[in-house]
Amino acid sequence: MPFIELESLEKVFTVRVRGNAGLFRREKREVRAVDGISFAVERGEMVGYIGPNGAGKSTTIKMLTGILTPSGGRLRVAGIDPARERTRLAQRIGVVFGQRTTLWWDLPLKDSYRLMHRMYRIPDARFRENLDRCVELLELGELLDVPVRQLSLGQRMRGDIAAALLHDPEVLYLDEPTIGLDVVSKARVREFLRDLNTSRGTTVLLTTHDLTDIEQLCSRVMVIDRGRLMYDGELSGLHAVGESERLLMVDLERELPPITDVPGARFVRSEGPRQWLAFPATTSAAPLVAAVAAKYPLLDLSVREPDIEAVIAKMYGGTREERRESLR
Amino acid sequence: MLRLYATVAAGGFRRHATYRVATAAGVFTNTVFGFVLSYTYIALWDERPQLGGYSVDDALAYVWIGQALITVCGMMGGGFEDELIERIRTGDIAVDLYRPADLQAWWFSAHAGRSAYQLLGRGVVPMAVGAFAFHFTLPSGPGGWLAFLVAVALGSTVGFAIWYLVAMSAFWLLDGQGVVQVAWLGGLFFSGMLLPLNVFPGALGEVARMLPWASLLQVPADVYLGKYVGWELAGAYAFQGCWALVLFGAGRAAQAAATRKVVVQGG
Repeated sequence: MPFIELESLEKVFTVRVRGNAGLFRREKREVRAVDGISFAVERGEMVGYIGPNGAGKSTTIKMLTGILTPSGGRLRVAGIDPARERTRLAQRIGVVFGQRTTLWWDLPLKDSYRLMHRMYRIPDARFRENLDRCVELLELGELLDVPVRQLSLGQRMRGDIAAALLHDPEVLYLDEPTIGLDVVSKARVREFLRDLNTSRGTTVLLTTHDLTDIEQLCSRVMVIDRGRLMYDGELSGLHAVGESERLLMVDLERELPPITDVPGARFVRSEGPRQWLAFPATTSAAPLVAAVAAKYPLLDLSVREPDIEAVIAKMYGGTREERRESLR
Repeated sequence: MLRLYATVAAGGFRRHATYRVATAAGVFTNTVFGFVLSYTYIALWDERPQLGGYSVDDALAYVWIGQALITVCGMMGGGFEDELIERIRTGDIAVDLYRPADLQAWWFSAHAGRSAYQLLGRGVVPMAVGAFAFHFTLPSGPGGWLAFLVAVALGSTVGFAIWYLVAMSAFWLLDGQGVVQVAWLGGLFFSGMLLPLNVFPGALGEVARMLPWASLLQVPADVYLGKYVGWELAGAYAFQGCWALVLFGAGRAAQAAATRKVVVQGG
């Protein structure tokens, strides 16, 4: 049985907007924040959950933690219906909202950990062990006596991650854990998460706008837009779906007319003797290079991998287009 | 679970204890207001001795009790509710909601810790200054002080329950300021911060003394002044206790409705 299971999950909000009818008349409008999402996550998986702003990522996470009740569909985490048994589920999950903190703002970091100790009723020995491990791996030693309000963003984030893990949650939800962090802090957080997943088998669901997070951590990625699941699979598979292209740059002996007679390649642009050709990311570059070399005086070449960011941007853009089309 | 809420209460106490300058400023303000009101009351009781059944010494004690309890019982707000409303408005409430703890019990514990600090930090000094300056009525012995403290604890609980209900409205209104203003004005008048409720004439006085706000200052002050004898004291506690129960229940219902239906703000 999958650890997390969603079946046609929906969340519809009713918002009132001031219409044209008059100052006090308001029109009700339905917003389908999550519009029929289904997926399953096995125990021990590390999954990226990405999408543009307002796609429904956080709404999904809020339903998974039980703080929002779904409008429709079915949802189970560890066999529990989150909205009904929020408190019981809370013992088994950890949550980090990158832009919010669970720590006591005015008090030293260690006071918040003492609170977690009581809140999750963690046995003393286990608490010490987990805290020591987090302190070591997240380098929190010198911060324990510092009031949270004096911590830097990166320090606070590490403090929050530790707070979410002291009770040994089986699953960790991370909502933009690297937002606003510098390169070094990001790397440290990623390394910690990777270790957590491999050594403890903690299931991790990660939402982020930083695709490097996904590339470095997640073998599986889910893309949502407008409350719908657009893609669910390996990161590399996104290229096929997103029809992404690789770029072949060739340096010829001299300036020549655009190369348009090589099958499978599309001329992009040229700059003196240098030309750029695009070809589908799913095909091999070798026959293409051979074909170019056979017909043209080739000096040098290089291949640029597709940019995952561009792929996803294209994907979002595509859905927007389709939507606009369907509205017409 | 009790240990958790004890930890939350201890945290509430220490959080506010970290702001020493704020405490000092609060003590100063309460003391100044105590003097202003004292001279006003002296002038009034000079004209109308035994007004509302109080001697001038009783009336002066009432002034300084009011100053001491202002943040403990939340007659005029300014307590935990500002923070709670802000958390609802910004969506930080999401963090509170996914915890394996009850929202109301959590905030009540934090309020209890904070109130304990406010009573010690902001209550004792103005009261002592006032007693030194005006020689007002004191309770009869340790028993009287103890009875007063019980009434203060109950009053603080009712104060929490009122403001919790006010804060819950932010789930629907998003900006709780309007409701806070109304509650502030209502609290100012009906708690007896301006004038003791037993001074109010006729039906207005009857009604004011039955409302929950009477639990915040009027009842603790009357317990302090020894106006309740024997079973009357139990009756006064019961009055506070009943309002606490009713308002806690209402707060719970609002909380349940809010967490079931309402949007948690922000991404």
